[in-house]
Amino acid sequence: MLLIPCPHCGPRSELEFHCGGEAHIARPTNPAATGDQRWAEYLFYRSNTKGVHAERWLHVHGCGRWFNVRRDTISDRFVTADQIRSAEEGS
Amino acid sequence: MQSNRLPIGGRVDRSRRLRFRFNGTVIHGFAGDTVASALLANGVSLVGRSFKYHRPRGILCHGSEEPNALLQVDRGPGRVDPNNRATITEVTEGLTVASQNHWPSLEHDIGAINDWLSPIFTAGFYYKTFMWPRALWDKVYEPLIRAAAGLGVAPKEADADRYAQRYAHCDVLIVGAGPAGLAAALAASTSGQRVILADEQAEFGGTLLHDTGSMIQGMQAAGWLVGTVAALADCRNVRLLPRTTAFGYYNHNHVALLERVTDHLADPASGLPRERLWQVRAKQVVLATGAHERPLAFADNDRPGIMLAESIRAFINRYAVVPGHRIVFATSGASAYRAAADARAAGVEVVVVDVRPVAACGPELALLRAEGVEVLTGHTVLGSTGRKRVRGLIVAPVDADGRIGIRRKLTCDAVGLSGGWTPAVHLFSQSRGKLTFDTAIDAYRPGRSVQAERSAGAANGSYELTTCLAEGWEAGLRATGRDGARSFRVSPATPTGFVAVRVLPGEGNGRAFIDFQNDVTAKDIRLAVREGFESVEHIKRYTTTGMATDQGKTSNMTALGLLSETLSRPVAQVGTTTFRPPYTPVSFGALTGAARGALFEPVRKAPLHDWAAARGAVFEPVDRWLRARYFPRPGEDMRAAVSRECRAVRSSVGILDASTLGKIEVVGPDAAEFLNRLYINGWTKLAPGRCRYGVMPKEDGYIFDDGVVARLAAERFHVTTTTGGAARVLDHMEEYLQTEWPNLKVFLTSTTEQWAVIALQGPKARQVITPLVDGIDMSAAVFPHMAVRTGRICGVPTRLFRVSFTGELGYEINLPASQAALVWDAVYAGGEPYGIEPYGTEAMHVLRAERGFIIVGQETDGTVAPDDVGLSGMIADAKPDFVGKRSLARPDLMAAGRKQLVGLLTEVPGVVLDEGAQVVENPGQPALGHVTSAYWSDACGRSIALALVAGGRARHGQVLHVTTQAGFTAVRVTEPVFFDAGAERVHG
Ligand SMILES: [Zn+2]
Repeated sequence: MLLIPCPHCGPRSELEFHCGGEAHIARPTNPAATGDQRWAEYLFYRSNTKGVHAERWLHVHGCGRWFNVRRDTISDRFVTADQIRSAEEGS
Repeated sequence: MQSNRLPIGGRVDRSRRLRFRFNGTVIHGFAGDTVASALLANGVSLVGRSFKYHRPRGILCHGSEEPNALLQVDRGPGRVDPNNRATITEVTEGLTVASQNHWPSLEHDIGAINDWLSPIFTAGFYYKTFMWPRALWDKVYEPLIRAAAGLGVAPKEADADRYAQRYAHCDVLIVGAGPAGLAAALAASTSGQRVILADEQAEFGGTLLHDTGSMIQGMQAAGWLVGTVAALADCRNVRLLPRTTAFGYYNHNHVALLERVTDHLADPASGLPRERLWQVRAKQVVLATGAHERPLAFADNDRPGIMLAESIRAFINRYAVVPGHRIVFATSGASAYRAAADARAAGVEVVVVDVRPVAACGPELALLRAEGVEVLTGHTVLGSTGRKRVRGLIVAPVDADGRIGIRRKLTCDAVGLSGGWTPAVHLFSQSRGKLTFDTAIDAYRPGRSVQAERSAGAANGSYELTTCLAEGWEAGLRATGRDGARSFRVSPATPTGFVAVRVLPGEGNGRAFIDFQNDVTAKDIRLAVREGFESVEHIKRYTTTGMATDQGKTSNMTALGLLSETLSRPVAQVGTTTFRPPYTPVSFGALTGAARGALFEPVRKAPLHDWAAARGAVFEPVDRWLRARYFPRPGEDMRAAVSRECRAVRSSVGILDASTLGKIEVVGPDAAEFLNRLYINGWTKLAPGRCRYGVMPKEDGYIFDDGVVARLAAERFHVTTTTGGAARVLDHMEEYLQTEWPNLKVFLTSTTEQWAVIALQGPKARQVITPLVDGIDMSAAVFPHMAVRTGRICGVPTRLFRVSFTGELGYEINLPASQAALVWDAVYAGGEPYGIEPYGTEAMHVLRAERGFIIVGQETDGTVAPDDVGLSGMIADAKPDFVGKRSLARPDLMAAGRKQLVGLLTEVPGVVLDEGAQVVENPGQPALGHVTSAYWSDACGRSIALALVAGGRARHGQVLHVTTQAGFTAVRVTEPVFFDAGAERVHG
């Protein structure tokens, strides 16, 4: 069971989390103008990284917040944990 | 009659005599005995039959790695447990144990015929024999194989015990309380950090428990042990867990421990769990798990009485039990000399047979010979004699070229084998640490660590006591972030070193067992190689070596070595199989913990559950909820009850507990915009006080959930979801709110359990409810269909929805769950003059199907888009975007021939189709789709069905065919509406 670093709560057991898959899959800003191939890539294509992988987690049984982490898929070591920043906090 | 018990010595408590039964015979022992030591004390050497050949087997080891002595333990009703190792089962007064895998008895076992048939039970026997014909796999071969497979019998009664689970955090977890683990704990304890020390045995000490000869720091080992354990027990920061096996090492230093709490107690205090599963998260882990001795492989090396040399030493020194009176120690290394010396000191006649030539032996040889013990160096063992007990060993000199000299029989009643040692690297390997093969000790040892752990002592391949202590100390210091070394004065020096011999030089006939528990012989492994297997993983599966419940703790290294020899390839290149949890078997009870019976899957009950139960409702599970399905009257079957309930709703009024609907309060300046982005519908123009049925797709365009959404105020929406969808819809909303649109000012709150919902449906609904309502104008003109009002009902605050899932005039009364019973009773009483009927989910399903309303998860399955179920008219085309919108224009979703929702009317009106049945154009042709809903409709006086059918909307009027239990039945395709096609009744 992973020990996942929630940026809001600190390290917590994997039991409290839900994995949201690969991070930084940007939703196309204008879907209507996005071609079928590009849209299909957005929906279905994932990198399936062996090594450091950016992924999203939801601390569903904790603070309820989504955040990004980078995890080495070979060793399961977490590299970083970032809050997903709101617009007010600046991006 | 403890004929083999020494008059003095050992760690057993002679003042506490205990009796237990073995195969019906009363056996006497002492407190501190294991079943194995007590059986040996009473001269019982035959304790089981082997797995495949039903060969007589005895006790091989003294610890948890025991492959042979597996017993059925009976502690009373509901407390029968198979496959317990006699070597770790502590004797309690009145315990009942029995041997396994024989019929009619242990002494006379018909299955032993397999032993004579052994030439056909070779490696891969099952694969070769039970391949053909295929038709016999399930009915003949599998039952046959299962019946013949030799382990204990699964208990038939439910487990009567309770099992606890707990989580723990610590700075340092030390696994194993032998010399290395104890030294590590001593060093770590001085840091003040939280330390857990766990050991699988009843007593801490490991090898020190039977090391009567060593001095540590000027003290006898036993004395040093007492002082050390006492010092640790005094440390408030150290938790000591005896009888606790660390069986699994998972990610991020998550280690699972199994603590056996009551099995060693004859009369445990009530309330104690039988076992406790610990899930420990440790900052640092020290693995001091010791090492396993290897037997030697020669013909008939498995007779009862043939044991491991160090185990004989343990039985003598720790339990004061001599397993035999004339013992031959056969060895390829030094450690057995100490066992032989201790046996001799206990008055046993001893001979040592050493495979090594004199030149390869160390000082242990001269020391033992000086005591007058006969040692045959440069000798091999050709076989053993005896049947249910070993009676002799056939030995012969062997020269450097393997030439065997004149044979000689050594009479004996026990044999101690030592083929060297294998570090117990199981947990290290489970932690994903890299094993490296060390030719100096002929074993894999811990290499590079992946997690925050370190190994010490024999687990690290260090067998000298002084090194074990020093390594343990250093590991304990380092685990607490400190550096330093300490040397421990130990005398005499530990005899170590051995020559790796895979199979002793012999005459090539006879079976040399490698894996005792799975009856795998040296021949089996050689045969597998001859048949072309090379990979260690394949050979393991083909021969089943190492695959038994002991996971090959005593056999794996010999099997690997033999494989390496046969393939002429270095062991390091042969590799090793993967070590997987659990280290030793774990009961299902411990893993399950409290999640049994009513707690296995907790049931959610709606606020009016008790009313429905008192009314005799039949319930059905819906997600985690139990919902009333129908309310049968005496003598009614389900169809009769459901028809009556439907009739009440259509003709007068019915009442339903709809509280399980999911509810989410969506609040904020951007609430309408937020919903715009999540539903296919538009919400901007929905006026406060109005409701709308909404459809929510996922980004792939497929329908995800649906429900009525009410706008209570400009910035406040009351969203309802399906019963099963409440949690995932909230998660979906949160995900988009947090990750895609964090700038939207919206709050989401789950209110499912706060609001009870009473659905009141039928033409008389308004008459029933109006007298109970305050502050709401109930007239049709002011409070129309799809409107929402707030006010009071029976004095209770309510959000009153005028909505309908039945097609009738109706209301859904939302009110605080705590007041649900009061209001329900009042509404029900108000409805009695109109013949009100409570109705359940089945009538609800029929009523909505008559009107063609879909149920998400029934008419949809995750591949159904809004247009497929005829809801594309609801899509707000003006919206530039919503989640899923772009996907609706994907080529696959626009393609012709997609499955579409249709109605099906059977040509024979009385035939009710099966939900899930396939729809075909003509029998024999591929399926066009399937039936999603099918009911007897009282209102239509016939059966009705909804179905998803390829190109369905273009097929209206066509006759298709549907599979039934009895063949095909003809159906006519219609619009998916069967009643009130003009949707007039809701306005009533
Ligand atoms: Zn959190």
